[in-house]
Amino acid sequence: MEQLVVVGNGMAGMACLEQILKHEPKFDVTVFGDETHVNYNRILLSSVLAGEREADDITVNGLDWYQKNDVRLRLGEQIHKIDLRRRLVYGDGSETRFDKLILATGSSAFIPPIEGINKKNVFTFRSLDDTRAMLAVARLGAKAVVIGGGLLGLEAARGLQLRGCEVSVAHLLDTLMNMQLDATGGDYLRKKIEQLGVRVLTGRSTKALAGNGRVEGVIFENGDVAEAEIVVIACGIRPNAELARNAGIAVNRGVVVNDFMETSHPRVFAVGECAEHNGQVYGLVAPLFDQGKVLAATVTGNRGPRFTGWTPAAKLKIMGVDVFSAGEFQESNGVEVVRYEDASFGVYKKLLVRDNKLVGVVLVGEAADSNRYMEWLRSAADLTLRRKNLLFPEAVADHGGTVAEMADGETVCGCMGVTKGEIIAAIHDKGVNTLPQLKECTRASTGCGSCTGVCQQILKAVAPGFEEETKKVLCKCVPFAQENLREMIRSQKLKSVQEVLDIYGNGRGCEVCKPALSYLVDVIWCGDHEEDRSARFINDRVHANIQRDGTFSVIPRIRGGVTSATELRKIADAAEKYNARMVKITGSQRIDLLGIRKSDLPKIWADLGMASGQAYTKGVRMVKTCVGTEFCRFGVQDAIHAGIELEKRLENLFTPHKTKMAVTGCPRNCAEATVKDVGLIGQEGSWQVVVGGAAGKHVRKADLLITVQTTEEALEAAMLFFQHYRENANYLERTYDFVERIGIEKIRKETVYAQAKQKKGLLMRLQKSKALSKDAWREGESPMRPAQFVQIQPLEAVLQ
Amino acid sequence: MKWLRITHAKNIPLREGRGVNLGGTEIAIFNLGGRFAAVENSCPHRGGPLCDSIVAGNTAICPLHGWNICLDTGAVLKPEICVRVQTYPVRVEDGIVMLQLPDEEEAQRKDAA
Repeated sequence: MEQLVVVGNGMAGMACLEQILKHEPKFDVTVFGDETHVNYNRILLSSVLAGEREADDITVNGLDWYQKNDVRLRLGEQIHKIDLRRRLVYGDGSETRFDKLILATGSSAFIPPIEGINKKNVFTFRSLDDTRAMLAVARLGAKAVVIGGGLLGLEAARGLQLRGCEVSVAHLLDTLMNMQLDATGGDYLRKKIEQLGVRVLTGRSTKALAGNGRVEGVIFENGDVAEAEIVVIACGIRPNAELARNAGIAVNRGVVVNDFMETSHPRVFAVGECAEHNGQVYGLVAPLFDQGKVLAATVTGNRGPRFTGWTPAAKLKIMGVDVFSAGEFQESNGVEVVRYEDASFGVYKKLLVRDNKLVGVVLVGEAADSNRYMEWLRSAADLTLRRKNLLFPEAVADHGGTVAEMADGETVCGCMGVTKGEIIAAIHDKGVNTLPQLKECTRASTGCGSCTGVCQQILKAVAPGFEEETKKVLCKCVPFAQENLREMIRSQKLKSVQEVLDIYGNGRGCEVCKPALSYLVDVIWCGDHEEDRSARFINDRVHANIQRDGTFSVIPRIRGGVTSATELRKIADAAEKYNARMVKITGSQRIDLLGIRKSDLPKIWADLGMASGQAYTKGVRMVKTCVGTEFCRFGVQDAIHAGIELEKRLENLFTPHKTKMAVTGCPRNCAEATVKDVGLIGQEGSWQVVVGGAAGKHVRKADLLITVQTTEEALEAAMLFFQHYRENANYLERTYDFVERIGIEKIRKETVYAQAKQKKGLLMRLQKSKALSKDAWREGESPMRPAQFVQIQPLEAVLQ
Repeated sequence: MKWLRITHAKNIPLREGRGVNLGGTEIAIFNLGGRFAAVENSCPHRGGPLCDSIVAGNTAICPLHGWNICLDTGAVLKPEICVRVQTYPVRVEDGIVMLQLPDEEEAQRKDAA
């Protein structure tokens, strides 16, 4: 068998090898990779830095792939020298013979001549190791400067910022991404980036890095100094072509190849970022995969397909900042420009048309149409008939519409070169139903990932058993998991819902995310947040539960279910005065006045003179009790007083979902503590504290958290669990789901069995929240918002 | 058609709605940030008070069952059905929210059409 050696274990080399393995004849293959990782998706490094993916998630081919295909993988071994005459490559003390040699050595970061660049905590951003090294030092509040405001620099800046760093980007020219954007596009991008909280410095040439061993600052030519504990160099890339040059193979900027990806030596081929074709070096994944396909044919003796060059295209991968650019982007003679911009929405679109053909496109702020434009560019489509609505294609009503509009031959995944027709064939012939299956089968959506949406749409429209991938994100408006959002809110010090929506979401939000974010900012800042009532459900604006006829229900707090004749008289009077349509005893040992008008709420609260029972909100509902040792012949613990004390300590606080509690004075459990979110069960000389019970939509017996001797210990255990649940459960997750998801053993370790310091932290944050909380019904006297309860009275009457 | 003076703009906080009764017609006015919008204060589903909605962009989400109403066109966006609520022109002048009711004749003409 012929010996095939591939130098380089990156995306281009391995994509090419994947193609080669599909052809005959077979080779005996050895792959050298100077990194110590299996082949991973380098494009997605920025999402690893940003915390959207784990390092393992971006593996393209795991070790099993190499084994399955009998590919010898030599990781961590750099090839120093090629001997063309003897057909050998030399590694670290090794010699390997080849019949055919593929150079897929990629590129390295260009390091500009900056004084002091070898200091500690100065990074490039090319590899998984670079990324890990940055993550190791990126901590909350660290000051970071990214030198270079191109694609990679901006992605690095955003990644570090999401890790809590204070980030500045210093760019040599006045326009960000000046290789892909015109000045206006650059300005729009700059605004977006600044909105995210990244400082942008343009027209800055870096002179030196300051610091003693470890970097401390960046000194610019104009004399400005920026403080920096972390510096990232992102000033462009250079092809790794030295190996070829030293062997006597023709090299310009990169290793020179022809249309068949052959170099100047008949046994040597090059692919990827190290190769130069027609004077052009490609750094984006789609053309590199195209090269791989061509080379696979050439090297296996099926020489014929040609690589004829690609329109350069780039897409910025920062959530919430859509930037796409392809082809030309500067006006020139003979080019017509079609432009749209809307500064208030931050949208800028520019199409460059020559001879009725698209030759370039710039999209900032909204890039949903990039596929269509790319297709027009690629196919050099005649746009004469479409000339009137280039920027705004006619709206399509049904959801399968965009899919139906695409021709079968249209490319969906530009990276892997997969057409709509091929995807449909995979669905019909190979039984593909899900996105992971589609990726496995066609490789579509495994490159930059920007076609994922279209792939999903095609699956949805065509596949009989389509199931959407349910990633547990909060909602479409803020597509992050709640645990990530908690971290982002904390690290970026976001104190209002709108800030979170502006920075991490679509700016508008919805009825799902707004109340959830309201809860998150409240609990994270222990009540010291900017309360935005517009983000709350109506119940939490007027502190009453809206009913089907638009009236409200009023449930005062009756701690432990213990009331008095005086209170009952007041309740009776109020019920009559405000025409309550019904007075009802609730399941929580309380009294509900139903059918109260919104404008009467402050008045009825004042008449009652009682506190809000929080029956309308995701918060502390009640503590149900039995009479315990106070009256009961069988009581062994004072359930009444323990219950009232528990309710007093926790009332007015908000929780991920409603929290119902009970304290019962003996194991007969008359207060039904075993089916409550938190329950205290009195025993002879001790208390059992149980959590995660339910008797609603689900019925679940609570788990035993701990058994303790004194009432004070029992209350503390309940409080520890309560605060832990507040801080870690997802919004709208009841304790019974939370306890099942996390497991009671782990919850014990995080609460009652935690280190003293950790327990103290939980209790302190609970105290802080408690200190800032208040009885919501006091807003009856001093409303928080204008006209909070009243109907607007028109200044001018309408003549009837 | 006459513009009616309704209330001080500050009485309708950002991204909230407020109800007003104009000669028997219940209207919900919203502050969308920089501009105001007004629709009839009754969800076409079960008559929910739209003034108590959560506002998302230019959409109001009815507090009862989450129907989405476009505040610019009055169209129901979710669920996808062809129903509209009445919209009313609103503008702010000297800090006062002004609203225009269609006159009887015109309303009838519209109904007939």
